[in-house]
Amino acid sequence: MNYLKKRVIKVNRASGIISYINGPVVKGENMASYTMREMVLVGEKKLIGEVISIENGIGTVQVYEETEGLSLGGEIIATGKPLSLKLGPGLLGNIFDGIQRPLKKIEEIEENFIPEGVGLISLDFEKKWDIRITIEIGDILKPGDVYAVVQETKLIEHRLMVPMGAEGKVVKRTKDGSYNLDKTVVKLEDKTGREFELKMYTEWPVRVPRKIKERMKISKPLITGQRVLDIFFPIAKGGTVAIPGGFGTGKTMTQHQLAKWSDADIIIYIGCGERGNEMTDVLEEFPKLIDPKSNRPLMERTILIANTSNMPVAAREASIYTGVTLAEYYRDMGYHVAIMADSTSRWAEALREISGRLEEMPAEEGYPAYLPSRLAEFYERAGYVKNLNDSEGSVTIIGAVSPAGGDFSEPVTENTKRFVNAFLALDKKLAYARHYPSINWLNSYSGYVKILEDWYKENVSLHVMDLRNDMMQLLHEEAKLADIVQLVGEDVLPDSQRLILEIAKIIKVGFLQQNAFHKEDTYVPIMKQFLMLSLIKYLYDQADKGIKKGIPISKVKNAELFDKVVKVKYTVPNDELRLINNITNEIDEFYEELYRKYEQVEV
Amino acid sequence: MIKEYLNIEKIEGPLIFLKGIEEAKYGEIIEINLNNKEKRLGKIIKIEKDLVVAQVFEGTSGMSTENLSVKFTGNPFEIRINKDILGRIYSGVGKPIDGGGEIYSGKKYSINGRPINPVSRKYPKDYIQTGISSIDLLTTLIRGQKLPIFSGNGMPHNELAAQIVSQARLSKSSTKKFAVVFTAIGVTKDDAAYFKDYFEETGAIDNVVMFVNYADDPIVERFSAPRCALTAAEYLAFEEDMHILVVMTDITSYCEALREISSAREEVPSRKGYPGYLYSDLASLYERAGMLKNKAGSITFLPILTMPNDDISHPIPDLTGYITEGQIVLSRDLTKSNIYPPVNILPSLSRLMKDGIGEGYTRSDHPDVANQLFSSYSKVINIRALAQIIGEDDLSEIDQLYMEFGRQFEQKFLKQEFTENRSIEESLEIAWEILRILPKIELDRLRDDIIKQFMT
Repeated sequence: MNYLKKRVIKVNRASGIISYINGPVVKGENMASYTMREMVLVGEKKLIGEVISIENGIGTVQVYEETEGLSLGGEIIATGKPLSLKLGPGLLGNIFDGIQRPLKKIEEIEENFIPEGVGLISLDFEKKWDIRITIEIGDILKPGDVYAVVQETKLIEHRLMVPMGAEGKVVKRTKDGSYNLDKTVVKLEDKTGREFELKMYTEWPVRVPRKIKERMKISKPLITGQRVLDIFFPIAKGGTVAIPGGFGTGKTMTQHQLAKWSDADIIIYIGCGERGNEMTDVLEEFPKLIDPKSNRPLMERTILIANTSNMPVAAREASIYTGVTLAEYYRDMGYHVAIMADSTSRWAEALREISGRLEEMPAEEGYPAYLPSRLAEFYERAGYVKNLNDSEGSVTIIGAVSPAGGDFSEPVTENTKRFVNAFLALDKKLAYARHYPSINWLNSYSGYVKILEDWYKENVSLHVMDLRNDMMQLLHEEAKLADIVQLVGEDVLPDSQRLILEIAKIIKVGFLQQNAFHKEDTYVPIMKQFLMLSLIKYLYDQADKGIKKGIPISKVKNAELFDKVVKVKYTVPNDELRLINNITNEIDEFYEELYRKYEQVEV
Repeated sequence: MIKEYLNIEKIEGPLIFLKGIEEAKYGEIIEINLNNKEKRLGKIIKIEKDLVVAQVFEGTSGMSTENLSVKFTGNPFEIRINKDILGRIYSGVGKPIDGGGEIYSGKKYSINGRPINPVSRKYPKDYIQTGISSIDLLTTLIRGQKLPIFSGNGMPHNELAAQIVSQARLSKSSTKKFAVVFTAIGVTKDDAAYFKDYFEETGAIDNVVMFVNYADDPIVERFSAPRCALTAAEYLAFEEDMHILVVMTDITSYCEALREISSAREEVPSRKGYPGYLYSDLASLYERAGMLKNKAGSITFLPILTMPNDDISHPIPDLTGYITEGQIVLSRDLTKSNIYPPVNILPSLSRLMKDGIGEGYTRSDHPDVANQLFSSYSKVINIRALAQIIGEDDLSEIDQLYMEFGRQFEQKFLKQEFTENRSIEESLEIAWEILRILPKIELDRLRDDIIKQFMT
């Protein structure tokens, strides 16, 4: 049967009658039999909506499309099921709106501008996929078990899993072959004789977290190739991260870098209430970018969800849930998934806007009182887990926050802080000086430093965390000294402290600053990161010896040598790390020479 | 289907409340007949059972609950547009106010527009030369970009806007026609006249359409004025294949009007009394800028807003900054030191310039030079703070050079005449000239080959 034909499922129930319209909020009479969170079709154009409250037969619906033109007295039709996603092959490489409607399909229906009433389209049911059945007749399956695989892209194998509620013995399986998503490929029969038809897709309500066997301890980092993150503020697979920053501080840039280079298997990028041109940038750029590990276009592991700031606000509220549900689906197959939500503030504002239209009692700054619990629900869906089918997978959530006026004490930032383990504060001052990524090393923190210590010891070096802590200490000292310099100038400081200022400058320019547009610098392997920071430490130790011997800073600081250390990020290619030794040698030569000269004078 | 209603429940500010309505569409336009003589337009903004709330475009003065009859048109706000609008002046509801006739031919367009599908967009890449060094080099305006000017009362944003309109040129490679849609929202008559006279003087007027809503016009027209203008821009860009620059001043008046209506509707306020949907509402304007894959034209959007109390964290500039692709911030201090245009480059930013400058667009040294100027000038600001305390004479040698760099940067690079139109090359030459003040070791953002090629 052609799936599209049964797209609109009418339930045999009296329709609601529109009695109230205010922006995305519509109320209808005669809706006592409707259920909470039920999907409904509103008005002549059958706009998609969701029931969010019912009182005395009057139902309140939030509508995911533009409501202009809706008439008083129009119909609200029940569908009998909650707003759900269709999960199956064809998700990767696609771009969806907030309720999983593919924007490319919408473009085919109407070019350039988004029309209303296109219905709930999602995956492509016409396309045929090559499927390989992985089970045999007689096998006993339970929810979560993989029954077939599809090579969705060259990078990712899509594993079809038995949906919740279905279980039993395999009584029928098709041959391997090429089918479209509607095809029943496996039939199960449980002990009571009930039959379950397994197709190439399943459905899952968008707001309900998917089931897992158990949560596991977080133990692996999400390597991003960004120095300030991997060394100073590591992110964990299955962890939660907030990136707050005022406008122009490079939130989106940072998110893009993470989406491009982090070593997750799947990336889900949610453009939530952001700029249209930015989504276009991602759409044009990602297919051209090549994943360093697999040499395949990054788009093959990416799903984009776009609700730009001028698209309907209710769908913005839903987009976050759509994203995290898709992430959980791939996690269940045993993949490590990272979600970039840019930005969660727009989502919170969507909540506020709808709440305002519902005339709810506002809490802080007009946000609804349930803001913190909604944020918690969202971030708690991250985690490193054992799936129902015993595979391991993770969902990492990286949420950008756009605090009003760049002020971190506003409700969204404050509440987000309570639920995330890593906080990467972007700083206006750094951004103004074009220091990118503008992550402030004094205000940021990562709760994963301790947890991941063992991994770093095993996989990078025994010393990496000590080195990090030493250098962090130095940066803290520099910040204190900078205050003094601000007041009295640099000249009054003792030489040992002036050296700290100089070395901190090298760390900032040569290590923390990273050029996203430079071929070598945009992604740096963790080993090079470690060697770079070690080199800076080595330079500091050697120079500090000189200061202790009483040699003045003007002699100890060799501009050319210092500059060489700063430029290592450009001059040492990522695959020729031994070149760093040359610079170590140069440091040795210079200081040996300097100390020899100095000692001769002494004598 | 067109029925007349006589049952007016309440009139409050710019809103009228109609009772006993059986058929009404959300957002449709109503025609209000006053004493059977005058006709005004209104728009339905809320439907609650049989009570309908509408905002009246030309104001409610003179209306009573007894002298009105209301017709429901069933249509959204539409205006008729064709190519003849160039050179004309219209009011906030699209009526001609230059003495010329109305436009009768051409299609009708809903002024609300529809969101552009992100997959249909083309990523903006080519630049627009404004002839102003600080903008062209440091916050380059890209065709299809929305780049606001954040100003304050008493700062020369109007002059800057006028200068940009008269000097703006497409990059050399472009052959398409270029035109400006100028929108004034809640401006004084003097300001509006200033623009009109200036456009006439420079001859730019033939390529300009003006939509003007004066400060004493009904505030509801402040909502329709920008939408009429953007609809005209969309027509010219996407149906006539032209490159359109939309200049809109002053967004602050627009937001004030939004707040006024919101409070008349007794909505729950969010920050500073502005409605919770201020972000979505502004986005519905700003996001209409851009380019489409299958169309040759473009809409570049230069909104101007005055920051209340020069506060960049005020909701209006704040929310604007989150939607637009960067911002050009004017500085009170520079204005006071008589530097025009007073662009404060440090908080200013053009997000799209990374892809529209350098080799093949402007000149190969442009990205590095821009980076270096930002970085060096931000050092100047720190050193100035220090100099205030210990005095300039006690600064280190290098710091003194930075002080000199800062002075020259402001006097030679930022400052230019109102009529001075600098090419990108000229601006770059000035940049190199002042960068030479600093020792080479301080120029850490310039690649060696760039220094070799240009620093002679």
